[in-house]
Amino acid sequence: MAHAQGQQHAAQGQQHAHVEGQQHPIGIYLKIWGLLFVLSAMSYAVDYFHFQGYLRWFLIIVFMLLKAGLIVAVFMHMMWERLALMYAILVPTLLLMVLLGIGAIEADYTFFTRGIFFVKGLM
Amino acid sequence: MTPATSTDTVQSPALPEGVQGIVSDWSSDQRAFKNVPWGKAMMWIFLLSDTFIFSSFLISYMTVRMSTTEPWPNVSEVFALTLFGRKIPLILIAIMTFVLISSSGTMAMAVKFGYEKNRRMTFILLLITAALGATFVGMQAFEWTKLIVDEGIRPWGNPLGAAQFGAAFFMITGFHGTHVSIGVIFLIIVATKVIRGDLDNERPGFLTGRKGKYEIVEIMGLYWHFVDLVWVFIFAVFYLW
Repeated sequence: MAHAQGQQHAAQGQQHAHVEGQQHPIGIYLKIWGLLFVLSAMSYAVDYFHFQGYLRWFLIIVFMLLKAGLIVAVFMHMMWERLALMYAILVPTLLLMVLLGIGAIEADYTFFTRGIFFVKGLM
Repeated sequence: MTPATSTDTVQSPALPEGVQGIVSDWSSDQRAFKNVPWGKAMMWIFLLSDTFIFSSFLISYMTVRMSTTEPWPNVSEVFALTLFGRKIPLILIAIMTFVLISSSGTMAMAVKFGYEKNRRMTFILLLITAALGATFVGMQAFEWTKLIVDEGIRPWGNPLGAAQFGAAFFMITGFHGTHVSIGVIFLIIVATKVIRGDLDNERPGFLTGRKGKYEIVEIMGLYWHFVDLVWVFIFAVFYLW
């Protein structure tokens, strides 16, 4: 029966090439793998060569997002999925920006009150 | 038996693309995720929830790190190793990163060979992936041992600075390491199924009546790539900050 089904799929021709699952040439995986190695090496270099300040932050975040994007898009096949799935999974993660913002504001305030408390404690 | 079971992919010839595609997929009164086995859609939804868990950890870590008045330990030095008589900063973490990325590469190729029904190559690549994953966990165990035994770092305090360092470190890397360990176990299970021919013969699983299919290799792959993805964020915000 598996054989018959396979033939059926084959007979349905190339327009259903994706029906049997995600099939892509091996070269794309090897290239992305290499690219991830390079990006990792570069983010390691940021620390190794002691970049500081905004440049450090900029580089770390750019390399992080590039790596994450490559993994999700190619290794996890997201770029070949239909938009319905892509949006259902990727859009909710944007909510985390709100949590990030709230966390940063809260942390700033806590740091500020701790500063006041400890200064008063000294006086 | 009719082939139109829920695990079969939708065969309708032309689905609209773009925004129109989203509207028609979601309003079709059927499955919203076309051309995707339901197991894969469910794995994606699980991974979305896991994303929120890890993000909560990482954002909490950011909050405690920003709000502490104590100096944060110098991460670059804490995770340095002396190799060939020279102290190299963060080298252990860099090697762990490369090991995990390599395992992601072999996993992606295992998925490819799986859909080509190349049983042997899929099995070999899954085993390499599992071995690299186990190596990663081993290096993490080494790292934890070094920090706990040699440096005296505890979840509630450490001699190097802010007490929050230990709490954040053990929680985040511990949770990630648990994910890797579970992934290694599942990789071995899937590899066994592949080499035994369960997926070619559509043999039902141990706990389920679902027939074995090569899509489980891809679903396993999604989980494994996610573990790598989380490490990308941990590496950037915990080790490089």
